[in-house]
Amino acid sequence: MSAAAVHSLWTTAADPISKIDAPKIEYGQLSPTLIVIGAALIGVLIEAFVPRRSRYYAQVFVSAVALCAAFAAVVALAAGGYGTTKAHIAAMGAVAVDGPALFLEGTILLAALVGLFTFAERRLDPAAHGNRVDSFAAQAASVPGGEGEQAAVKAGFTTTEVFPLLLFAVAGMLVFPAANDLLTLFVALEVLSLPLYLLCALARRKRLMSQEAAVKYFLLGAFASAFTLFGIALLYGYAGSVSYARIAQVVDGTVSGVDPALANTMGNDALLLIGMALLVMGLLFKVGAVPFHMWTPDVYQGAPTPVTGFMAAATKVAAFGALLRLLYVVLPGLRWDWRPVMWGVAIVTMLAGAIVAITQTDIKRLLAYSSIAHAGFILAGVIATTEDGVSAVLFYLAGYSFVTIGAFAVVTLVRDAGGEATHLSQWAGLGRRSPLVAAVFAVFLLAFAGIPLTSGFAGKFAVFRAAAEGGAAPLVVVGVISSAIAAFFYIRVIVLMFFSDPQPNGPTVAVPSPLTMTAIAVGVAVTVVLGVAPQYFLDLAGQAGVFVR
Amino acid sequence: MENLIALLIAAPLLGAVVLLLGGRRLDAVGHWVGTLLSTASFVVGLVLFAGLLGKDAEHRTWTQHLWSWIPVGDFQADVTLRLDQLSMTFVLLITGVGSLIHLYSIGYMEHDERRRRFFGYLNLFLAAMLLLVLADNYLLLYVGWEGVGLASYLLIGFWQHKPSAATAAKKAFLVNRVGDVGLSIAIMLMFTTFGTFAFGPVLEHAGDASEGRLTAIGLMLLLAACGKSAQVPLQSWLGDAMEGPTPVSALIHAATMVTAGVYLIVRSAAIFNGAPDAQLVVTVVGGVTLLFGAIVGCAKDDIKKALAGSTMSQIGYMVLAAGLGPIGYVFAIMHLVTHGFFKAGLFLGAGSVMHGMNDEVDMRKYGGLRKYMPITFVTFGLGYLAIIGFPGLSGFFSKDKIIEAAFAKGGAEGWILGGVALLGAAITAFYMTRVMLMTFFGEPRWKNQPTKSPEAPSAEPAAEHQGAHGEPHPHESPRTMTIPMIVLAVGSVAGGAFFDVGDRFLHWLEPVTGHSEGHSPLSALTVTGATMVCLVLGVGLAWAQYGRKPVPAHAPRGSVLTRAARRDLYQDDFNHVVLVRGGEHLTRSLVYVDHTLVDGVVNGSAAGFGGLSGRLRRVQNGFARSYAVSMFGGAALLVAATLLMRAV
Repeated sequence: MSAAAVHSLWTTAADPISKIDAPKIEYGQLSPTLIVIGAALIGVLIEAFVPRRSRYYAQVFVSAVALCAAFAAVVALAAGGYGTTKAHIAAMGAVAVDGPALFLEGTILLAALVGLFTFAERRLDPAAHGNRVDSFAAQAASVPGGEGEQAAVKAGFTTTEVFPLLLFAVAGMLVFPAANDLLTLFVALEVLSLPLYLLCALARRKRLMSQEAAVKYFLLGAFASAFTLFGIALLYGYAGSVSYARIAQVVDGTVSGVDPALANTMGNDALLLIGMALLVMGLLFKVGAVPFHMWTPDVYQGAPTPVTGFMAAATKVAAFGALLRLLYVVLPGLRWDWRPVMWGVAIVTMLAGAIVAITQTDIKRLLAYSSIAHAGFILAGVIATTEDGVSAVLFYLAGYSFVTIGAFAVVTLVRDAGGEATHLSQWAGLGRRSPLVAAVFAVFLLAFAGIPLTSGFAGKFAVFRAAAEGGAAPLVVVGVISSAIAAFFYIRVIVLMFFSDPQPNGPTVAVPSPLTMTAIAVGVAVTVVLGVAPQYFLDLAGQAGVFVR
Repeated sequence: MENLIALLIAAPLLGAVVLLLGGRRLDAVGHWVGTLLSTASFVVGLVLFAGLLGKDAEHRTWTQHLWSWIPVGDFQADVTLRLDQLSMTFVLLITGVGSLIHLYSIGYMEHDERRRRFFGYLNLFLAAMLLLVLADNYLLLYVGWEGVGLASYLLIGFWQHKPSAATAAKKAFLVNRVGDVGLSIAIMLMFTTFGTFAFGPVLEHAGDASEGRLTAIGLMLLLAACGKSAQVPLQSWLGDAMEGPTPVSALIHAATMVTAGVYLIVRSAAIFNGAPDAQLVVTVVGGVTLLFGAIVGCAKDDIKKALAGSTMSQIGYMVLAAGLGPIGYVFAIMHLVTHGFFKAGLFLGAGSVMHGMNDEVDMRKYGGLRKYMPITFVTFGLGYLAIIGFPGLSGFFSKDKIIEAAFAKGGAEGWILGGVALLGAAITAFYMTRVMLMTFFGEPRWKNQPTKSPEAPSAEPAAEHQGAHGEPHPHESPRTMTIPMIVLAVGSVAGGAFFDVGDRFLHWLEPVTGHSEGHSPLSALTVTGATMVCLVLGVGLAWAQYGRKPVPAHAPRGSVLTRAARRDLYQDDFNHVVLVRGGEHLTRSLVYVDHTLVDGVVNGSAAGFGGLSGRLRRVQNGFARSYAVSMFGGAALLVAATLLMRAV
């Protein structure tokens, strides 16, 4: 090969490279996510360089500041009109900055902040060897019940890594509903999932159960991710792109500039339908819809209760956000293909969640099945495929996440010698011994049941109305029937708390620090405010109901 | 001047509020406050009346819009008052008679320690009744309608320590509820038919609605009227309502409230005019009640119950007249007004008698009282002459007109209704003469016997004049009681002639109710003659039975009809067998259905879901592998279903 030829090769190769534009990243508009990721990285550094004694305080401080700052950034963006008039797609088409994204990010950040309070709670467990301890294992790597664990407890170790893990998960959740291409979606999915798998394994008590839950969650999560990835591959094959906008164009048939290499597979509907089904399945797994729900009860029960509360609330918000965007932005033209299928999923989810919950005897499992039923209710709103449907779902998610965190926070308070007393029989007569805690829990249960003057009613009403107006009246009928079934087990717990005699040697209610109290108080306040005066927030969600394309 | 209308209601309402909330510190002056405010309302009424008279007949409808009450989309309910000739007539009757009875009650209730509360209730009644007749729409009328029902309930049961009074109050309330259902359904029908329930548009467009609709509305209004005005079949409460203090019987259960049904029908004239079937039912109800009340009145020995039967019968006349349509409306109201005078007078007279007789109500223990209470005798006697239709007195004019109008209805209907009305006149003459003779004539039957039986203690306030268990010493009542009686007697005597001369009343009311002359098959003179014959027959028969020979102090067994009439023609037995028993059976069967079917379905479905839950739960076996299989199956299903949807 001559030098000239080499040279020409060199230059021809170099030419296109010189034409690559520098990626344009709107850092300001992505600031909520960036702040959280930055704080998570700082948290890692804290673990590495800050003395063990001070780590807890440093971590809590950094996390709280980061979440607040991120929330402030979201509010600033929304105030700057990025939720409505200036909504657009940022970061080279990877991330959408629009109303639903900002609304969901705000919800996730607030839920994470409240969740952080429950993570940071250190007064519930009795102090071990003079050290205050939280809900997390002293040393996650030690064998449960082994000598290493005893030594770690004795040394007063705590797993302060939970805080950066929490922040990483939050960062993934922030991107998840805003992702505007399939790869970003997948990355966000993994970023939010992996820390959660770890967090699930970190319970201080009942460690074996906790580790079992984590393994199950990880295995099944990985399995679901595989389906998701396969679906993404098929969709790429269909559209020749992973961008939502591009796929939507191909679906509509308005695409231009097709790469000839892809012409054979492009527009093959089988690829689209199968890919879509698999991708949706991955998201349904995350929201815990039947038949992809089976991890939920085991994981909710085994995970440390603060993690359960956070996961149940924030993951659901993020995953429903992603599902909404996928169905509204990518598939509006395919409505009649996915709607009936989603109908089936919603119906089965509502009914199965409500029915199986009836016979549960563990409060955490009960709440897990309740969350499955709620996933069904929210799906009913998703299926409405109207703007009202979007805002109803947004409202529902906001109300639901605070009820959930609050309810799980109450669960952490009811304890006996073995840690949290989660068997329902132990909750008998709680209302006589601790009327305030029982009353607060009753408020949350009523909100779950959708009784008027709670956020649950306003949310359910909005979702069902949107579904009915969107032509899904039978779904609403099933939803109301499921609500009636669900009301049975919620109210049974109330009856148990207030009208049964307390057990001898029953659990006691621990007095929490202001952290958990704040979490519970915020939960009650949001529940009541959204229930009594929902209109302002409905309007807010209504303004945020349009996806940018 | 329109702005004064609200004042009519505000004055007694203020009285009610002040007296009922004012507490014991008002005990000393409460009765005067009540009377004063009632009189104030009457004065305002007179001023407004003068104002109305100053206008042309066409411009005598004034309205006063107070505020918008329930503005919800098409559903517009306003608090608007309407004063026209019809409501003006009622206002004067209500406030006039009402004020007189307030005055009377000062003496009558003198020894009752809850007198302040009594006057509070009376004022409440006045306010509600005025709202009823002044309302400009049916919904607001309904408020007044319920308000008078409440006041009636409170006043019948005023002596609540007596179980009979408490029961009577409850009975009146319950029976009235049946009628109220009719009114509420009528209002709903109006709203669906006309899109409004304001008098103006409803009555104006009544002609546009189908006859079926109008008949339905008319019948429902009639049901309401039956309840409030004690017409068959909802008549049973009125007799028992006499448990209330006598002024209440005079004001509410004779002169005003019980005539609200007549007001309702006449006010809704446009609806009834378009529904001949409903009108026919109205006349039938009126005719039946007319005879029913009269027959019951013949057999009662309790003076108040005899008068109650008479009230029922007289309202029957009014309802009959109102059912005749434009030929009868004016006369219904005219009889209503004259009846308000003489019946209130009669009741006050009865109260005066009881006041002097240790609260004895059994006429068989009266006799010869004319010497002991001359004023009562004269005023009661004038009321008596008025009600039987003695020529020249007010009842003569108003009742005669109704009988004429009944004949003028024409056809077999006219003959039957006219005949019934004539027969009623004869019976009226009979039972009223009986009351008169048993009370004021003959030998005293109250000597040498204690009148108050210890097991039926009464709170009527006469006890201190005599020993509670001693022989009564009949005496005339104090002046606060006799003055109202005298005023009412004047009205009973002169009212009819005043109204009739030059057809004054007809010209006054005609613009509101409309009027047409019927074509009577009999001349007016013939009818009057026949009425006179009936009158003489009735009086003669009564004299033969109660005047010529002494009245036995204990009631003889009597004929089948007498015994039936004493038991109110078995109205309560009928209600008990049909409604109470029927109701009990219905509830029992409903309870059975509830226990077996409803609970069965509920418990069954609960058990079903529970079982299903237990079975589904087993799927959750804790193995990650089976979870994964379920996910895989789910994914396969999802894909298959999506593809299937495309294929379909």
